Amino acid sequence: MSDYVEITLNVNGRDRTALVPPRMTLVDCLRDMLRLTGTHVGCEHGICGACSVLFDGEPIRSCLMFAVQAQGHEIRTVEGLTAADGEISDLQDSFWECHAMQCGYCTPGMLVASHALLEENPNPTDDDIREAISGNLCRCTGYQQIVEAVRMTAQRRRETSNG
Amino acid sequence: MKAAPFDYVRATSLDEVCALLAEAGDQERKIIAGGQTLVPLMAMRMARPDMLIDVNDVAELAGIEDRGAHVAFGACTRQRTIERSGVVSDRLPLVAKAVRNVGHIQTRNRGTIGGSIVHGDPSAELPLAALALEATLVLKTIGGSREITIDGFFEAAMVTNIEPEELLTEVRIPVWSGARIGTGFHETASRQGDFAIVAAAAQVQLADNGTIARAAVSAGGVAPAPVKLHAFEAALVGKQPSEAEIEAAISLIDEEIDPDTDVHATADYRRRVARRLVARAVLDAAAEAGK
Repeated sequence: MSDYVEITLNVNGRDRTALVPPRMTLVDCLRDMLRLTGTHVGCEHGICGACSVLFDGEPIRSCLMFAVQAQGHEIRTVEGLTAADGEISDLQDSFWECHAMQCGYCTPGMLVASHALLEENPNPTDDDIREAISGNLCRCTGYQQIVEAVRMTAQRRRETSNG
Repeated sequence: MKAAPFDYVRATSLDEVCALLAEAGDQERKIIAGGQTLVPLMAMRMARPDMLIDVNDVAELAGIEDRGAHVAFGACTRQRTIERSGVVSDRLPLVAKAVRNVGHIQTRNRGTIGGSIVHGDPSAELPLAALALEATLVLKTIGGSREITIDGFFEAAMVTNIEPEELLTEVRIPVWSGARIGTGFHETASRQGDFAIVAAAAQVQLADNGTIARAAVSAGGVAPAPVKLHAFEAALVGKQPSEAEIEAAISLIDEEIDPDTDVHATADYRRRVARRLVARAVLDAAAEAGK
């Protein structure tokens, strides 16, 4: 039972192969097999949102998917949000500027959830932002600076595109 | 790794899934679609299937089709697809209101309508809306299929009347004909997106004289399974949708619900909240119908 399975995933634009037992979750595969430790593993049963990644472009919880299920799909992790030269994105820069983190545990999930929101809705209201990050627990910031950082990113993108 | 070991099969056709279920013998074989209920159960070892049959690549299981008298949902249709569907917001506004309360964007991107119904979480929103509107479920086996009404499908908390060899393939939710139809949905939870402590769904149709001609009302979180409030529905018919009339009938739900005390709320609290949320859902539905 549960023989190892070879899977190939497209992670942050690169095809990656791993040999996994079926019961290994996607987040464990990303961290332990592919050594992409930016995605954090928190509650491991779908409550905290720290393990959020983009699965075929949509945010999901990678602790609630087995790695074998991701065979052939596109995954984007927090490492994939930076530019090719490693420069942090404008969203990450806003998180830094607004101090939208303290311990940093929720940060990758918050970044992935906010990134997905701004892809879909470049002009989110504060309610939209709160809804988008409602599945991500933060025990440090009280969320205010995170909302502010996402709002700032959207505003700067509008100014750039208008100007 | 937290889940117990299991064999994994990624199926590509309904026949393949049904054959694997039929050949289970002593094994426990479970379907995995979105996994948003099953994977946490496996992580906590409350479920330890011998085999997972992944149905995400079975094309026949996904999609939303408007068939006039009902809208048919493939069992593997994502909650997020339902949330974004124009057919659903036009034809089944109660389902559209309910689905926005299901979990969070990350879980709705994976979670499916079929998974939500077959697991039968007593606080889940989609079973509640489907129950209010008297959905039909299509269950397939290798030998054939049967259609059952959803009322009676929910047996107890996380227990539903599906046989081990059966696969839920389709959920058909009726669309009411005629005008002056409105819907209301309310829930209370610790935070937006958390499991509902109590939830209420209502759809109402008004007659020309403004009285309630038809009412569909259900409540969740108030019994081991979602409850269709038959006696309360019947009492509303012919009444003006005023606060006073609804208040006069609301005590009927006390007999229909059977809440438990748990870490989130006491049974007494759930009873009081259920009365308020059910009344509000009906008032909202009637107000929308009267517009």
